[in-house]
Amino acid sequence: MDNKKDLFSLTAGEITGQKHGTEELVSSLAKRVEAVEKKVHAFAKKPQARGQWFGFHWPKPQTENCNLTIRSGPLSGIPVSIKDNICVKDDETTCASKILSGFKPPYDAEVIRRLKDAGAILWGKTNMDEFAFGSSTENSSYGPTRNPHNLECVPGGSSGGSAAAVAADETIISLGSDTGGSIRQPAAFCGVVGLKPTYGRVSRYGLIAFASSLDQIGPITKDVRDCAVMMNIISGYDPKDSTSANIEVPDFTKSLNGEIKNLRVGLPKEYFTHGMDNEVKAAMDEAIATLKTKGAKFIEISLPHTEYAVAVYYIVATAEASSNLARFDGVQYGFRQMNSSGLIDMYKNSRGEGFGNEAKRRIILGTYVLSSGYYDAYYLRAQKVRTLIKRDFDTAFKEIDCIITPTSPTPAFKIGEKATDPLKMYLSDIYTISVNLAGVPAISIPCGFTKEKLPVGLQIIAKPFDEEMLFKAAFAYESQTNWRKIKPKL
Amino acid sequence: MPISKSEVKYTADLARIKLNDEELEILAIQLQKIVDFIDKLKALDISGIEPTSHVLPLHNVFRQDELTPSLKTEDTLKNAPSKEGNFFKVPKVID
Amino acid sequence: MLETVIGLEVHVQLKTKTKAFCGCSTEFGRLPNSQVCPVCLGFPGSLPVLNKTVLEYGIKVGVALNCKIPEYTKFDRKNYFYPDLPKNYQISQYDQPLAQSGYLDIAIENGTKRITIKRVHLEEDAGKLIHEGTDSSASYVDYNRAGIPLLEIVSEPELNSPDEAYQYLTTLKSIIRYLDVSDCDMEKGSLRCDANISLRPCGEKKLGVKTELKNMNSFKAVKSGLEYEIKRQLAILEAGGKVTQQTLLWDEKKQKTAVMRSKEEAHDYRYFPEPDLVPFIFKSADIKIIKETIPELPQEKLLRFVKEFSLAPYEANILTSDKSLADFFEKCSRGYKNYKNLSNWIIGAFLSEINNRSIEPKDIPITPEKFTLLLNLADTGKINSLTAKTVLSEMFETQKSPDLIISEKNLSQISDSGELEQIITQIINVNEKSVTDYKNGKANALMFLIGQAMKQTKGKANPNMVTEMLKERIKNA
Repeated sequence: MDNKKDLFSLTAGEITGQKHGTEELVSSLAKRVEAVEKKVHAFAKKPQARGQWFGFHWPKPQTENCNLTIRSGPLSGIPVSIKDNICVKDDETTCASKILSGFKPPYDAEVIRRLKDAGAILWGKTNMDEFAFGSSTENSSYGPTRNPHNLECVPGGSSGGSAAAVAADETIISLGSDTGGSIRQPAAFCGVVGLKPTYGRVSRYGLIAFASSLDQIGPITKDVRDCAVMMNIISGYDPKDSTSANIEVPDFTKSLNGEIKNLRVGLPKEYFTHGMDNEVKAAMDEAIATLKTKGAKFIEISLPHTEYAVAVYYIVATAEASSNLARFDGVQYGFRQMNSSGLIDMYKNSRGEGFGNEAKRRIILGTYVLSSGYYDAYYLRAQKVRTLIKRDFDTAFKEIDCIITPTSPTPAFKIGEKATDPLKMYLSDIYTISVNLAGVPAISIPCGFTKEKLPVGLQIIAKPFDEEMLFKAAFAYESQTNWRKIKPKL
Repeated sequence: MPISKSEVKYTADLARIKLNDEELEILAIQLQKIVDFIDKLKALDISGIEPTSHVLPLHNVFRQDELTPSLKTEDTLKNAPSKEGNFFKVPKVID
Repeated sequence: MLETVIGLEVHVQLKTKTKAFCGCSTEFGRLPNSQVCPVCLGFPGSLPVLNKTVLEYGIKVGVALNCKIPEYTKFDRKNYFYPDLPKNYQISQYDQPLAQSGYLDIAIENGTKRITIKRVHLEEDAGKLIHEGTDSSASYVDYNRAGIPLLEIVSEPELNSPDEAYQYLTTLKSIIRYLDVSDCDMEKGSLRCDANISLRPCGEKKLGVKTELKNMNSFKAVKSGLEYEIKRQLAILEAGGKVTQQTLLWDEKKQKTAVMRSKEEAHDYRYFPEPDLVPFIFKSADIKIIKETIPELPQEKLLRFVKEFSLAPYEANILTSDKSLADFFEKCSRGYKNYKNLSNWIIGAFLSEINNRSIEPKDIPITPEKFTLLLNLADTGKINSLTAKTVLSEMFETQKSPDLIISEKNLSQISDSGELEQIITQIINVNEKSVTDYKNGKANALMFLIGQAMKQTKGKANPNMVTEMLKERIKNA
């Protein structure tokens, strides 16, 4: 028994290959959640006791005695935790915001429908920055999530709960969402794998929108193989999402062959200048060396408009958010301040009390850049610069197969460290934001640890709809390293 | 031109968010910092550049004019903070 | 001298089966909040997908109004808070509307006048607020209407009187109904109209201060609302005052306007491109296919009717005011060549049956074949025209063929002189005084006697024969 790994620490791939019951796996995970959740606080709604079993959604209606008849499928019996901004029918979905408290969607997001079809067990709702506004998972009505590798540090954000749950072995797989780095940066901070698909690859139907033109749902997993399996399930055209691409989805697991001989890898010179932490830089250098031994060729490239990306992002994303979040007004669902005199007062009180500080700040910034007289100077201009940023990538990909950068310029920072300076927080997304603006796919995989035992993430970026390239390069790197085996001590 | 408290107030009113005086003051300062930062875009020559509102070159995405089931009224109303009969209820709207 | 300047903003509900961005039904008059889904309720996470028919209907109207249809169009968000607007933004079109720069010719006293159509764009309708409920401090919201496709048609301010505005509206309605893309029923709200009104000295190019007039819920209300507002502005200007820019609501019951909001509270709509919908690009071939589905429009049809059937423009105008009516006339004309008589019958007895029964012309319950058979029966003297009207009424009631009705009810005209002779003898015998009166030159007395004969025969007697025979008998008596 001692030699046998705890079931909760396995990947979906390892579980699927083993002979054991789902009951055994679920109870192992449930015990793990009981043991570590108090420290990590990865869940907004943890899988709660319901009768003798736990309150997750069974793929089939459960009988009174909870006979676990799991639907067969590629994720049969695998627990998957869901970020709290993805709608699960009849399950409270709040985006970690008071303003959506109690909201139970009357429908499933498209990704949830697909997961249920694949036989997955929905394993709790994970914590996040309110409405995905943040890079630390500190801005949550449920309180902050902690980094499993160092409880004093943030797990990153906004999908901090999803990343921490995977890193702390409280779940097997999570779903997150990524608008400016919200999957990749927490995956990097927590030492797990996170992928932001090409814009349009995964349906956004049922993802509570932050910035519609940037948002994508993606997986957070313990290894690259699980990530590929998840992408096989959640990718593909959805007629309910007008921005979903009607492009064939390959079997991503076929790219997991370790073959990267003569792969042309771009290193954007603008990313490797100032602001990069030394230990992050060292981990990067080592990763580059590892890939070279496998036959990858490195080429310096230029993404000349990189320095404008954060500015463009905070105009486009907040403008869209200010409009997307207008619907939270206390009329149809969520929080309403009942002690209001009249309609306008009800709106202002409900929104004033229902939204947290960062949400209010972004809504007001977004409203400001769209308001009369400023549209051309900010929003329209930002959209034009977005064109330039996208062109940078188009040009670069003429010569190379993928781009490699750190996921974040620094490892996880301390809780509270950047909470008072919004701009400083925004700048921590500098390596991930351009990817969303250009709509290209990117993956973050573990590539080392700092002296303080904080994980460092490596970001690989590919052409639109070339996630296969991400899997190829990430798997090749992962199979040369053992970073994923270093688990947090909890 | 620095962002004034009254400009923040106007914007917050547009966004229907109640802010107290202290919040207005802090936000004016924070917004100023952010706006100074995003003002760097003004240095860039963007003449002749088309704006990107959609990063994918998709167009003409339709659905056919075919009925799909509506929600059950109880599901529609189950999240409502205030309702009566089949209606959502709001404080009286005075034009 | 002051000149009136009016511009109209017309909203038309397109009669697609489903809403603009979701598959909910657009049917009118269902239980509150029964035709809604996460999309039209704007529930978090839901996304819009455009109904293809909405775009086709919009283009049809654009083409029929002689607009340019740009190759590229897109949707934008118009942001404002209102409880009937589920997302607190409306999906609309801002700087690249579906159609622009068209025109509409309207009939005026001595000819026609061309009114420029500035733009035609698509948007989604809002829900309905009900202010009278059990709780007097509350309003009640029904979102069944939210998301129904609307077409907004904006004219340039080129209308110079309430009559012209009325003419513009009815012409527009008739075109849109020909296209069969909307019912244009103002009472049901499927056509709504806001007006901008200002006055300026004749010859002056610059527009005066305008007011916006809303809530005119019938064609009649548009006319009376405009008349009222023009008088109000005129009184202000003539007293040396200035018109205030504001939005006014027409109160049909009180026949006056009330201020809705003034300019200071004007909105800042923060339009930006709708990121949840992708743009729409048409090739000229796509437009051509839609163009080919556009039927002959009322004005062309009117001219053709005048020419082809030698009708007066007045008659042709009535017949072509509704496409189903015009179609009915044309179908009848194939089997019945006395067009003048056909037109008289349709405009007269036929239309009054339709109006009395509140039937839409498209639901005409009798076939052209049965109708022309009725006219032929009247023409050949099988029935007289009075009976023909009774039979027509019966046809509307039972949809039976006129000959069947005539035989069942024994309505054939009595033209048998032997039978009539007996009846006339009887009438002359019992109405001696009238006979004497007529002999003494009282023409009315004859009418009385004819009436008696018709009464006796339940209207079936051939009135010409009765008249002639009466005259003959009295003369010879």
